[in-house]
Formats: sequence, C-alpha cells, structure tokens
Amino acid sequence: MGELTLNLVRLGVIVLLWAFVFSVVGALRSDLYGTRVLSRTAGRPARKESRGERRQRRKETPTHVVVTEGSLRGTSVPLHESGLLVGRNPECSLVLTDDYASGRHLRVYPGADAWYADDLGSTNGTLVDGARITTGARLEPGSQIRIGQTVLELRR
Amino acid sequence: MSATAPTPSTVTSLRVRSGRTVELLLTLFALVVVGLAYVNVQLATVGEVPQLVWWHLGTYAGIVLALHLVLRWRARYADPLLLPLATLLNGLGLVMIHRIDVGTGSEVAARQLVWTGLAVLAAAATLVAVRDHRLLRRYTYLAMAAGFLLLLLPMLPVVGQEINGSRLWVRLGPLSLQPGELAKIMLTIFFAGYLVSTRDALSLVGRRFLGLQLPRARDLGPILVAWGLSVMILVLQRDLGSSLLFFGLFVAMLYVATERISWIVIGMSLFVGGAFLAWQVFGHVQARVTLWLDPFAPGQSDQVAKGLMGLGHGGIFGTGLGEGYPYITYFANSDYIVAAFGEELGMVGLFALLTLYALLAERGLRTAIGAREGFGKLLAAGLSFTVALQVFVVVGGITRVIPLTGLTTPFLSAGGSSLLANWIIVALLMRVSDHARRPVSERRQDPTKDLTHPRGEVRTR
Repeated sequence: MGELTLNLVRLGVIVLLWAFVFSVVGALRSDLYGTRVLSRTAGRPARKESRGERRQRRKETPTHVVVTEGSLRGTSVPLHESGLLVGRNPECSLVLTDDYASGRHLRVYPGADAWYADDLGSTNGTLVDGARITTGARLEPGSQIRIGQTVLELRR
Repeated sequence: MSATAPTPSTVTSLRVRSGRTVELLLTLFALVVVGLAYVNVQLATVGEVPQLVWWHLGTYAGIVLALHLVLRWRARYADPLLLPLATLLNGLGLVMIHRIDVGTGSEVAARQLVWTGLAVLAAAATLVAVRDHRLLRRYTYLAMAAGFLLLLLPMLPVVGQEINGSRLWVRLGPLSLQPGELAKIMLTIFFAGYLVSTRDALSLVGRRFLGLQLPRARDLGPILVAWGLSVMILVLQRDLGSSLLFFGLFVAMLYVATERISWIVIGMSLFVGGAFLAWQVFGHVQARVTLWLDPFAPGQSDQVAKGLMGLGHGGIFGTGLGEGYPYITYFANSDYIVAAFGEELGMVGLFALLTLYALLAERGLRTAIGAREGFGKLLAAGLSFTVALQVFVVVGGITRVIPLTGLTTPFLSAGGSSLLANWIIVALLMRVSDHARRPVSERRQDPTKDLTHPRGEVRTR
C-alpha cells in the first residue's frame, strides 16, 4: 500500500470523526428548534372569520387600549373578541384607580368593522373626543375616551 | 408615552418524532468511522486488509444494530443520539485495543469484542426488564445494600484480588471483575430514590450564613456517611479514583436535588480535608501526589512521563493510527488508552473524543430536564454525571490536571466490567428518555401507567 493511500486514510479518520461530531450536533438542533412559539393575541380576536377578513381587520382596527392620562398612565390592555370591561370593580379587565369612575363604567366590544363602546350607566359619564356617549358609540383609532381623570386611547 | 405590553405567547411542540431513523443513520455513520479506523490500523501495521477485518466489523455492526432493533421494539421514543455515540466510542476503543495488541503481541481485542456483545446484551436485557424506570425506586434501599456489598466485595479474603497495589477485583473462576463499576449504578439508583424523598428537608430547612443556605446539623448525616465511605475506599482499597467518583456523584446529585450551593461547598471542603489527611498519613497517596507534581523525577513510576511523551509525540494531528508507539506505556489499553489516542490521532482527534463524551453527558442531562418526575430526573442526571466525572478524572490524571488515579475510560478501556456498567448506564438513560419524550397520546397505552405511586399496588402482567 502506498504512502499516499495511508495518509489519505489517516486524514479520513480524523475528518470522519469530526463529521460525525457535527452530524450529532446537527441532529441535536431539534432541541432548540423543536418548539414553535405562537402569539396568543394575534390568533385570537377573529377566530370565526375567514383568513382574508381577519387580515383586513387586523390592518385597520386597533388591538390595544392604552391609558394615556391618569394614575394608570402607560398601561396597555389587549382587546379581545369577548370585549373589555372598564371600571373600578376587580372583575373588570381594566381596573381603574380613579375616584370619578364607576364600578362598572364602560364596555368596549367589537362590531362588524370597528370597536364600539357602551357606557354602563356610570355616575360621571364617559366622553369620547369631548362628546358624552351613551351606548353603541363607534371608536375610531386614536379617539380619546375620558373616564373621570383617566384618558384611554385605542391603538393598533 | 405608551408602553406596549409584551405579547403573551404559548409554546407548542412540533409533531413528535421517535428519531429511530436518525439513530439508524448515525449508528451506520459511526460504524463507518470505526471501520475506516480499523482499516487504517491494518494498513499501517500489516500493509493489507485481511478478510478477518470484515468479519470483525460485521460482528460489531450486528451487535449494535441488534440493540437498535430492541430500541425500536421496547423504547421507541428513546433519545436517538445515545446509541450512535456509544457505538463510536466502543468501536474506537476496540480498534485501539487491537492496535496495542499488535504492538505488544497480546490478545485482548477478541475478548473485548466478546465483552462488548455481553454488555450490549445486558443493555438490551435492561431495556426489556425495566419497562419503567420508576419501578427501580422501589428498590432504593436494596440498591444501597447491593452497592455497598459490591464495593466491599474485593475486601473479602477468598474472592478479593489485589492487582498492582489496589484491591478492586473479584475473581470468579476464569473471570476477573471490578464490582466497583456496577456499584456506581446501584448507588446512583439509591441516591436518586433517597434524595427524591428527602430533598425538601435537605433544601428548605436551615439558616443563611454568608449568602449560603446552611443545612441543619442533623441533616448532615447522609453526606457524612458518603464521605466516610469514600475515605474508606481511599484507605482500604487504595483507590483514589473510585473514592473521588462516588463522593463527587453524591455531592452532584445532592446539588441537583436541592439547588443549594452550600452542599457543594460543604462537599468540596470535606473532600479536600479528607484528601489532605490521607496525603499526610498514607504513603501510597504521597507517592501519587509526588508523581503528579514531578512526573519526570527518577526513582518512581514513569507511566505519567511516558503518557506525556506520547501526547507530545502525537502533536496536533497525531502520528496516524498504527504509526506511533503508544504500547510502550503501561496499561496502554486500559487506564492509558486516552494517551494512546492522543498520540495516534493527535490533539484534533482527542478533542473529537472529548466532544463525544460531552455530547453523551449532554444527552443524559437533556433527558434529566425532559423527565417529568423527580426520580427520573435525579437518575438521569446522576448517571450522566458519573460518565462525565469519570472522563474528567481519567483525562485529568493523564494530562496532569489532578493526581493520576486508576479509573477506566468509559467505553474505550479494555475491561469487561467497565463496558458492562457503561452500556447498562446508556440503557437506563434510554429508558428514562423514552419515558420523557413519549407523546401524550401514546402515554395512555403505557402498561405501567398505574405506577404513579411507587409503593402502590401494581398489576402483574
């Protein structure tokens, strides 16, 4: 057997040894990539709709309520298909610490093409862009919802 | 002005793959590497490849692929990387033992191949017999008794045998066994079963001192017993390696069970104190330390020096299999097989081997993370830790990181007991990982599903 063959075989052993190590590491990657992270909020608001409608809606309609003024300023709450209850009672999704808010103050719910709000008979009322609302008030993205000393805004 | 809250998310697993095909492909790859290494040895020493080589390779492939079939049959969801890693390590060990046989004219490789067959058979038997690793928890104290008995067996007058100054062997007719290797498994089962039921007392009670959660004085009992046992092995059997291995195993499992750094601190200080005392009192320990600090000094064993010379001769890329002189070192095919690999495959090859061990230990620890109950977690963590610690003790001894001790290198070294123990360890890891990776839908059909209470009634099959 020639010297060359021997050297090739010798090199081959080391190369194959490392190739084996790397193929094991390659098979091991499934530990890192074997799980898939799904976003919970993205899928949920429109489960009953078709995919195209949902995409259309997600582009146009807000997905969050953000508190822009008041003691909770900076808080952001996702909007769900089931609606959002705002008030001072602990059962509300957004619990306000505002003395001028009622226990169950406002309900935000989805309509066909936008989010709507009902004032739930609050003592001090709700103003949307400066106008007092009763029920079925349409909320545009960016409109200011004032409850006592708190201002809410719908954001995408 | 507005802080958008982080989007809540869920994590779902993709479709579970059993991984058996990956295992088969990687095992075949490992066999190709072993085959090429064997051919390399033949070409370098004889200059041709005799027919017998293919028979040997075929036998080895048959043994390993039989275990693969047992896995398909009995542990469909076992970790797919354990078998290929063990196959490559064991196969390279066989090749190197044969290569040293060629150098010294001994006949160890054939016996090692027979032992490989027996060890894989034992692994298959473990997989078939232990349908659920939680069954083992019922034998916690029996495992302890068996472990201590196995450890003390070489001390008995008739069966015990002293070789090269260490009482580690038991002679049974023509067979010579090192029961300490099997004791390792028994004690891991015992530690896992014991710690899973006492870990609350060991981790929650106690006061804080200097940022460490110190245990109560009476909870120190178990660690003191383990320490006493390891010192006893050190003194009576003159086996530094096993002593370090058992105590390290216990401390590591204690840490895994309790998450308290204080146990590691206590364990390390106990071991350092014990080792220091032993060094002061016993001549054979002093000799080992002198050999460690100054391996080239005259008038002592030149084993370490020869090993270092071999590693130096190998350099980065090695001399090539069959072209160095690894057989000059004593025990070149057992204790010093790592130095033999270092000489003939070089630093590049040696690091590949160490990476294989690291991957093996990683798969074990990954199994421990995946296991859903405490006993399985501790068992898998303990078993993979013994393999890793043993490699550290052996390679550390050869490369002069710690004093040299007589431990076998898992899967590589010549010696039946070591091979037997390590294949059983791999089988137990496969069993735990099978349980951990099994998807929920198939878990219902698990025949041992009524074993959630380890001491409860079990239907006999």
